[in-house]
Amino acid sequence: MSLIEIKNLHVNIEGKQILKGLNLAINPGEVHSIMGPNGSGKSTLAQVIAGNTAFEVTEGDVLLEGESLLGLSADERAVKGVFMAFQYPVEIPGVSNMIFLKAAVNAVRAARGLEELDAMDFLALVKQKITLVEMDEGLLKRSVNEGFSGGEKKRNEVFQLALLEPRFAVLDETDSGLDIDALRIVAAGVNAMRAKDRGFLVITHYQRLLNYIVPDFVHVLVDGRIVESGDKSLALHLEDKGYADWLQTEPQPASAR
Amino acid sequence: MTDVIDIQDTYAESFARLSARRGRSGPAWVQALREAGLEHFRRVGFPTLRDEDWRFTNVKPIAQTPFVLPEPPAGKLGADALQPLLIAGLQPAARLVFVDGCYSTELSDTSALPVGVSVQSVAQALDADPATIQSHMGLAAEAESDPFIALNAAFLEDGAFVRFADNTTLKRPIVLLSVATRRAQAAMTHPRNLIVVGRSCEATVIEHYASAGGEVYLTNAVTELVVGDNSTVHHYVLELESEQAFNLQTLKIRQGRDTTVNSHTALLGGAIVRNNVHPIMDGENGHCLLNGLYVPRGRQHMDSFMFVEHARPHCDSRQFYKGILADRAGAVFSGRIKVHPGAQKTDAKQTNQNLLLSGEATVDTKPQLEIYADDVKCTHGATVGELDEQAMYYLQARGISADAARAMLTYAFAAESLERMNVPAIGELVGRELLSRLPRGRLLAHLLESV
Ligand SMILES: Nc1ncnc2c1ncn2[C@@H]1O[C@H](COP(=O)(O)OP(=O)(O)OP(=O)(O)O)[C@@H](O)[C@H]1O
Ligand SMILES: [Mg+2]
Repeated sequence: MSLIEIKNLHVNIEGKQILKGLNLAINPGEVHSIMGPNGSGKSTLAQVIAGNTAFEVTEGDVLLEGESLLGLSADERAVKGVFMAFQYPVEIPGVSNMIFLKAAVNAVRAARGLEELDAMDFLALVKQKITLVEMDEGLLKRSVNEGFSGGEKKRNEVFQLALLEPRFAVLDETDSGLDIDALRIVAAGVNAMRAKDRGFLVITHYQRLLNYIVPDFVHVLVDGRIVESGDKSLALHLEDKGYADWLQTEPQPASAR
Repeated sequence: MTDVIDIQDTYAESFARLSARRGRSGPAWVQALREAGLEHFRRVGFPTLRDEDWRFTNVKPIAQTPFVLPEPPAGKLGADALQPLLIAGLQPAARLVFVDGCYSTELSDTSALPVGVSVQSVAQALDADPATIQSHMGLAAEAESDPFIALNAAFLEDGAFVRFADNTTLKRPIVLLSVATRRAQAAMTHPRNLIVVGRSCEATVIEHYASAGGEVYLTNAVTELVVGDNSTVHHYVLELESEQAFNLQTLKIRQGRDTTVNSHTALLGGAIVRNNVHPIMDGENGHCLLNGLYVPRGRQHMDSFMFVEHARPHCDSRQFYKGILADRAGAVFSGRIKVHPGAQKTDAKQTNQNLLLSGEATVDTKPQLEIYADDVKCTHGATVGELDEQAMYYLQARGISADAARAMLTYAFAAESLERMNVPAIGELVGRELLSRLPRGRLLAHLLESV
């Protein structure tokens, strides 16, 4: 059975149709990458998988190990093992990163039938995982993402990924705006999390990331549909030629704009 | 209208009974203050919604309740009943306890006070040190300025008298605890506190209002705080009355030059609460912080009425008031700032932020600036909002339930106010109270303790 299966997904936001029949299946252990022009619906897909209720699914389904996610709230999905690294992580003044992480880890553990971690064990876990993303421990004491640099925010996302050990993770442009050192660190963090029973969907604009996180499949998303799938060489082609091929052959219906 | 007149008669009766019981004892000036108070109250009666200062707070439920004055020996409270009312983690330098408005010698403790600080009941002090009391009492809080202050003056009987001699620093706080017990008839108390701080002092005073079984009762307190030059005073009001009670309070502050006053107010209990804070910055280089948090729920109504007077140049004032409203609760914030002629270089700032946890809660917030000097900086801002949806979603996307996420964000909203309180035990107590009111708040309380 696929780890995650997206079937004929149609999604609206504020009455505008963004995803127009998207199909995708990811097996355990696989890393898929999605590339596509700005506004093509990549983040929309990520948000719908994570359970953002601002988006309306009008048709189709999203299944995790054969079970539909659509009736579940974002927290219910998260504790079932769905993780989404935000393209724009949210700043939450007044909520300490440490408290937030502990609440999240314990919520996920509770759902897996594991005991709550005590202060000592939690600290040990944090120290172990934080080295994976070479994140400054000082950031733990600060409010969630507040005043973090762009790179720090992205590392914090991957750090959470490492702490929560999801079944399936979507990374929405986790590489955008990172310098090469930060990119290497973030990619190494993700690679360390690759596992036989875990799947990834990596959304990116840049082929460069895929030198570090080597995908099994690359898909091209244009105007709400996957228009081409291939192996990692497809990303090189895109880097060279852009999306011109598909943008020309896919005339925009007047109603979509 | 007739019922109000009837009620005024019952206040007059209470007054007559009190006078008879008291006999001829007590200085004449105190009796004059009482009579003037009663006279003024008789003339103006309870405020109505037509009074500008009471536009959003209807005191009819207070006016229509026939309160009686508890007579000594009123309200018995055992030491074991006192225990749960003490603030965890706080080691006060002294504690005065008033049970149903009557001073309790047994429950109070002033044995560990250093030289230069005296803490006693007003009744005691009227015997021991009448001159100091006479030279301050009633000067900051004039009966004419508010019907409830007038009523308080009419029933002026007891309260706390705190005095700091010049050059006295005391880091540990002085706690004034007023406890309401369960009584057959709705009781009223009119605590009258006087805090006189000399030159170059540092003092912390906590007024704590709590209930030990009391349900419907009226606390109508007036505190006068006189701050000598070059002194720093931290003043706290921790209002944890029963949710059926009525709490009216006035804090009048007179600040000398080079002074700092930090006033912290946490309103949690009470059916109708009116909290007046009125600093008069009457010396150059005064600093005043008014930090407040009100947390009404159910049908609680809380009215914070600030009046900041800049009477001299080079003073700054900061009002930071936050409200968290649940259910059908109501709140009012009035922030009046008056800059007197000649009070140049005034720097006054006011913010009032409200978080609505329910669509049925209501807030009325209004600034009021009166500026009679030209070289001043006055800013104000008010917000009324709900929890940030983006933040809710982000927390939920990490597995945190909606209730727990709401508790986290609500606590975060209050955190700034709590952190300003430089007596950590109070910030923690208010934080715990806040969390105990939120679904899944206990989970967060547990997390806060364990990290
Ligand atoms: N909250 C929203 N309200 C209205 N329209 C939205 C909202 N979010 C996204 N859209 C619109 O949906 C379309 C798809 O947006 P989406 O963010 O999914 O694109 P994307 O492929 O992730 O683009 P990018 O590469 O710029 O991140 C865009 O036209 C965008 O303007
Ligand atoms: Mg995007």
